[in-house]
Amino acid sequence: MSMLRVQDLGVSIANIYPLSGVSFELERGEIIGIVGESGSGKSLTAMSVMGLLPLIGGQVDHGTIEFDGIELTSISENQYRKLRGGRIGLITQNPMTSLDPLKKIGPQVDDVSRLHLDHDKAQAKARTIELLGDLRIPEPASIYHLYPHQMSGGMKQRIVIAMALAADPDLLIADEPTTALDVTVQAQIIRLLGDLVKQRNLSLVLITHDMSVVAQTCDKVMVMYAGTAIERGGVHDIFNSPSHPYTKALIGCIPHGLSETVRLKGIEGTVPGVAQYPSGCRFHPRCALAEDICKETVPVFETAGSRAAACHFALGTAQ
Amino acid sequence: MTSAILNRLSGFAALRAFSSAIGMIAGGFLILLLLVAFFAPWITPFDVATQNLANANAAPGWPHIMGTDEFGRDVFSRVVYGARTSLSVSATAIGISVSVGMLLGAAAGYFGGMFERIVMTVVDLTWSFPDILIALIFVAIIGPGLTSTTFAIAIAYLAQFTRLTRAQIVRLKNETFVEATINLGATPAHVVLRHLLPNALAPVIVVGMLAVGDGIVLEATLGFFGLGAQPPTPSWGAMMSSGTAQLFIAPWVIIYPGVAVAITVIAVNLFGDELVRALDIRDRVRS
Repeated sequence: MSMLRVQDLGVSIANIYPLSGVSFELERGEIIGIVGESGSGKSLTAMSVMGLLPLIGGQVDHGTIEFDGIELTSISENQYRKLRGGRIGLITQNPMTSLDPLKKIGPQVDDVSRLHLDHDKAQAKARTIELLGDLRIPEPASIYHLYPHQMSGGMKQRIVIAMALAADPDLLIADEPTTALDVTVQAQIIRLLGDLVKQRNLSLVLITHDMSVVAQTCDKVMVMYAGTAIERGGVHDIFNSPSHPYTKALIGCIPHGLSETVRLKGIEGTVPGVAQYPSGCRFHPRCALAEDICKETVPVFETAGSRAAACHFALGTAQ
Repeated sequence: MTSAILNRLSGFAALRAFSSAIGMIAGGFLILLLLVAFFAPWITPFDVATQNLANANAAPGWPHIMGTDEFGRDVFSRVVYGARTSLSVSATAIGISVSVGMLLGAAAGYFGGMFERIVMTVVDLTWSFPDILIALIFVAIIGPGLTSTTFAIAIAYLAQFTRLTRAQIVRLKNETFVEATINLGATPAHVVLRHLLPNALAPVIVVGMLAVGDGIVLEATLGFFGLGAQPPTPSWGAMMSSGTAQLFIAPWVIIYPGVAVAITVIAVNLFGDELVRALDIRDRVRS
């Protein structure tokens, strides 16, 4: 059974529909990368899985989210609360602001295991210190007593990861876990996440806009654009032979072997806002291969199977 | 070892209010006043209620260092006991408004929607009544006395703390760490009590401190009008009120309690300002 299976997910906030047609599957021990530019719906996908859409006034409009056999779209808030932090851990984007500035970091991690595993104070503390050690934090017993402002960004991100792991979850969702960190620390955190998945046999949804991070760590990739999934597949397939022109352009943007004469590449234009989604294929105004059919007909995105691309000229033709 | 102690003390940022000359003097005076109020029975040379008509309106001197009033009671003893009344009434009242105001404000700020609108409308309504009128309502219901005064002061300041807390919570609930806590499965009660309220506390402490000063003035005002402490209970306001009758024959009866109110309120305000500086929250309190 899949750890997480999302099928044809659509989200509505009041009467706008910022997310639609998202489908992917994730097995135990696998890492899926969800990539796309800002505003493509990556974080919204994560919020849907966590059941946090009500926080921003939204709801799941259609589709299913199945976690380890539990249909998440139909369970109550109380049941959801037990899953959040308990079986699904979320690693947030900005470690600088993800910790309560008034509490020492140790007790903040304790809270999670005390809530979900019914640990008493001493057990929770022992567990936290062990966990901090596992996350390669030096001198965990003294770090336990520090306040967030006494730590560096990379350290705080490890604490945030420790909080996500404190109740032994089966699924981790990391929403741009390295965006706020500097490059050397980014590499450490990404490597740490990869190791954790292997050691603990977790499933990880890694949300990022960095294609090179995906190439290093993920087993599968889903590419999103303007609130919808446009391509999905194994990481090697996607990088070796991208089917969708947008995926191809994204991969083309990865800088490598920079010399003084090479200019960094980008994709012309910007992601359209929710109110201005174009008709037909949403990428057509920025697509070099667009023809008339792209303006009129929405390309089909297979909800099943491991490889799919939503493009009229997908595979072969798009090459 | 010293650094460990300092590290621990740094947690009590409020103590930094004592680090300046003004904070030291104002804070020292307030601590002294608290001690005086607490140990009043051991400090006062005379009973506060015993009349000695033969020695009425005696000028300050020995043994009555602040003179006597129109019944021959020792003004100094009554001022000392008055501190007890003023401080306890004001502190109790503000304590009630802070607790109720924080709960209402936190709930309104956190849940929002219709609940917030109803709470804030009701609270704003209480703010639109003059304090004296609220006191009169309580006097009409439970009769004049310190209970009425306490409730009147508590209600007069409720709106301020409700609004302040609500504003803090609305700002804080969008912080990432709150979302992160919810992500980890925390209940709304845990989020509000363990994360939101502690983070909203600093400005409430300061405004509460300043409100205790205002509460002392309000208590004195109500006492002056005869709505507060009833004779023979000594209260600064009631003493000034009875002092007006012999303003020209025995001015000390009205001067000493008046000076006590003034100095106390000045000390409270100065110390409150130092607290603002110590807690580094000027923007949040004055908004």
